[in-house]
Amino acid sequence: MATAELEDILERHRRDPLQLLQILIELQAREGWLAPDTLSALAVALGMPRARVESTASFYSFLHTRPAGEYRILFSDNITDRMLGNMALMQALCDKLWLQPGKVSEDGLVSVATTSCTGMCDQGPALLANGRTVTRLTPERIDEMAHLIRRRVPVGDWPPEWFHVEDNIRRRDVLLDHGLAPGQALAVALDRGAMSILGEIERSALRGRGGAGFGSDIKWRSCRDAWGDAHYVICNADEGEPGTFKDRVLLSSYFDLVVDGMCIAGMAIGANKGFIYLRGEYRYLLDRLETRLAQRREQGLLGRNILGRGFTFDIEIHLGAGAYICGEESALIESLEGKPGKPRIRPPFPVTNGYRGQPTTVNNVETLALAALIAVRGGEWFRAIGTPASTGTKLLSVSGDVERPGIYEFPFGVSVAEVLEAAGARDTQAVTSAGAAGHCLAADEFGRRIAFEDVATGGSIMVFDASRDMFEVARNFAHFFAHESCGFCTPCRVGTAVNARLLDKLAADHGSPYDLDEIVKMHRLMQGASHCGLGNTATIAIDDMLAKFRPAFERRLHSPEYEPAFDLDAALSQARRMTGRDDPGAHLGDNRGALAEERAHAHGRATTTGVQGAPASAEPVSAKDLQP
Amino acid sequence: MMRIETTDASAGGAPHKLKVATVSLAGCFGCHMSFLDIDERLLPLLELVEFDRSPITDIKHCGPCDIGLIEGGVCNAENVHVLREFRANCKVLVALGACAVNGGLPAQRNHLELADILQEVYRTGHGLAEGSRIPDDPELPLPLNQVHPVHEVVRIDYFLPGCPPSGDAIWAFLTQLIEGKDPNLGPGLLHYD
Amino acid sequence: MNDSFLLDGEDIPFTPGQTVMQAAAAAGKYIPHLCWHPDFAAHGSCKLCTVKIGGRFATSCTVRAAAGQEVENRTDELDAKRRTLLQLLFVEGNHFCPSCEKSGDCALQATAYELGMLTPHFDHFYPDRPVDASHPDVLLEFNRCILCELCVRASRDVDGKNVFALAGRGTRSHLVVNSDTGRLADTDFAATDRAAAVCPVGVILKKRVGFAVPIGQRTYDRQPISAGLRADDKAGAGFGEAG
Repeated sequence: MATAELEDILERHRRDPLQLLQILIELQAREGWLAPDTLSALAVALGMPRARVESTASFYSFLHTRPAGEYRILFSDNITDRMLGNMALMQALCDKLWLQPGKVSEDGLVSVATTSCTGMCDQGPALLANGRTVTRLTPERIDEMAHLIRRRVPVGDWPPEWFHVEDNIRRRDVLLDHGLAPGQALAVALDRGAMSILGEIERSALRGRGGAGFGSDIKWRSCRDAWGDAHYVICNADEGEPGTFKDRVLLSSYFDLVVDGMCIAGMAIGANKGFIYLRGEYRYLLDRLETRLAQRREQGLLGRNILGRGFTFDIEIHLGAGAYICGEESALIESLEGKPGKPRIRPPFPVTNGYRGQPTTVNNVETLALAALIAVRGGEWFRAIGTPASTGTKLLSVSGDVERPGIYEFPFGVSVAEVLEAAGARDTQAVTSAGAAGHCLAADEFGRRIAFEDVATGGSIMVFDASRDMFEVARNFAHFFAHESCGFCTPCRVGTAVNARLLDKLAADHGSPYDLDEIVKMHRLMQGASHCGLGNTATIAIDDMLAKFRPAFERRLHSPEYEPAFDLDAALSQARRMTGRDDPGAHLGDNRGALAEERAHAHGRATTTGVQGAPASAEPVSAKDLQP
Repeated sequence: MMRIETTDASAGGAPHKLKVATVSLAGCFGCHMSFLDIDERLLPLLELVEFDRSPITDIKHCGPCDIGLIEGGVCNAENVHVLREFRANCKVLVALGACAVNGGLPAQRNHLELADILQEVYRTGHGLAEGSRIPDDPELPLPLNQVHPVHEVVRIDYFLPGCPPSGDAIWAFLTQLIEGKDPNLGPGLLHYD
Repeated sequence: MNDSFLLDGEDIPFTPGQTVMQAAAAAGKYIPHLCWHPDFAAHGSCKLCTVKIGGRFATSCTVRAAAGQEVENRTDELDAKRRTLLQLLFVEGNHFCPSCEKSGDCALQATAYELGMLTPHFDHFYPDRPVDASHPDVLLEFNRCILCELCVRASRDVDGKNVFALAGRGTRSHLVVNSDTGRLADTDFAATDRAAAVCPVGVILKKRVGFAVPIGQRTYDRQPISAGLRADDKAGAGFGEAG
């Protein structure tokens, strides 16, 4: 890259090492990958160790430290994309481009691979083409795409309708029908003052919408009370939970309310600076959001002396780069500081030691929008909606086997069955109530209610009808977590990988009852021993599915005997090729048949030789070994 | 836990000798040598056990046994067949030594492609005779792409690590197993090296 | 102040600000651990030191001691969890003790002895990891890395050099060194660095001294790791004599 271009990027980021991730994202966008020389130059320019530049560059899925092609196509691989046929489409594209998934074409033109859920489950199957979202894929679009790539047509010149993202709002309640003008909530809040707003938030009993449900007033108050040189507000728009896309809609069509909420949070905690951490998958929103922020600055709704009341608060948007873990608030802050998104040791919590070590409140997009609404309508009004422990409404992202996938705003306390009814679900077998990281409900639980005290959710509701194989759902989730584990702690890093291998083993027809026990064992280990919420929740849905849909797993067990995870016959393939042999001795069958045959032999020998020892047990035992 | 029963109803309740089989798969026989290092304790051991298939007896196939001791990992097709023969015939199967437990030294080829190894060893390596080729005699077992510890191929009941496990460790392990206990190596007997 | 908490029923005194691990170590009580080291800031990644406090799991190297708390440490439940964590570490890397010159001085191996780990249990990953022998005095054997980041901390916080960092994500996490070539020889690393003596396993190995002390007579051959002696204290001194 030309030195001038690099200098330009560095200048815009004030040569601040904390901007490293943002700089890398810009370089990646220009160059298509991050060459070793680029990393070295950056290390020198930023005055930081090269190894740390490499740490960040190699952590995020959307950054490539090896050439990945002029065209980088990433198919969203959530289970909902799978149900809509993404795998066949990906294979079709690969066939047309003469390449294998995960590999760069020999001419360096294109690579095709999968990525975690891109948040387009209501209009999938979806993909990212050089970071730009393409929705509603069809075989025709794939055909055309292959043509465009071969003819080297820039992604920006592809048919504009491919990039169209619908809101798909299906049910509106107080939030989606808020009726407020931009800045209206902020003006009310400035009139009332910080303490009054904190009081309203407390009266509203607002709880965090990301899923954990922490009391917003407690978070804001402890942040306000914490000593620091500066306080920060962070809007967590790293909406990575598979199956959720409600923040996408809030950012797309309710952005002013979100920004009002951030400004109000800033006023309440005594901050002058806020960040929106926008997941890389929503890069397509960035320019529009930046434009709107600029307009608000001109309108006196952001920046210095907001609405002439002497309150200063500005917002910077940071992009993520493909890392689910950054939804965890301390990992998000690490990422915001330009580092790999690995969760910090807590305590101390971000409210006292957050961005740059300063008091920081990290709130979900939806929480901030609701805070703006509460500032206008009052805490009492809000608390009258929902249930006593879960006040207000909740945005649900509903996808999967429903007639009308999209956003549903319901008061807390709505039953799962009511949501299914509204979305037009039929013959429903299962519902995942909080994405890949929460419980999976079977039909007899659909009477349960969406609320922190019953079915807690960040809003991802995926629906599976009776035709779906819940084993494949579990396998998709297991691979998701293995891909997204940050690798910091042992149980999550290796445990998620072991889990994915176990489910692959079952999928390859090598499973035995022993392997099902192993899945449960990993669940027990990772719960409690993991460093953060990712590891602690990574096995919940899988464990539920194994307990509630066990036949789907048992169907995969073809042998009561312990079988190797690898294919023994395939393990002789290289030797066969190199020797040219194909005789019977050059092949191996599975344990089940071989052991039965051996036992038959053994009985024969035992009777003819009259050995006194007890014959070997004919009852197979599935356990691989007995050490606890 | 799988335990050994020291009396057998079919023999009228009288104590009988336990049958023990041993084999070295992808191992160096070091664990067997260590077994012999129990020295004079072999004599009381022979009061309690008799050997079936083993390098000690030269019996070629395993009959029904109480205990099978497997030295070495699984590196070729024959290893797989022998391991299955032991699994089918032995009530208790023991992984004996480092190679059986985690593949050991032979498994350090696992990061290489088998095809590359065969090519270099038989075709392109230094000092090979003119016209050297990769052996293809059907009598020879084909190597697996990777070497595996025995527990990755069949169910294993007990593990006795060490390279080799010491004579004392083997003695302690076997005497406890023969007494019908779960073997428990005391301090100092558990070693991986 | 005379604060104390209970560790497996025993009274352990602590000073305010100490973690459970620090207080236990000061009292001569062993809580299994790999990434914790008394000289460095706690890291909390290996999770071997997981204990139960008031029935909840906690990482003892990062959780502050509090008066009156009841801490479970060497229970069957926790030791079983730790054994599983060790097994995961063993299958994730390439740990072949018989051919490792750190054998007997290795904290991973010694902890596995302490917890009676007889088998790695899981299927091995057998990763393909390189070796870096470029440096004249030190060898890097990445096959044995358990990602504890002790070398990262030692080089950054004591040596002031930042020679090491972790790169990658998930099971692709790996140790990298701070040079354009990725080779240790092209860094300012020296065998006298603290980071050269802190590796609990056999990754960072000083050349030409590997077998100065014979196998069988090493730190954890002579006493279990729970007795409290750290191999890296001795290894540092030993190199000074041999170097």
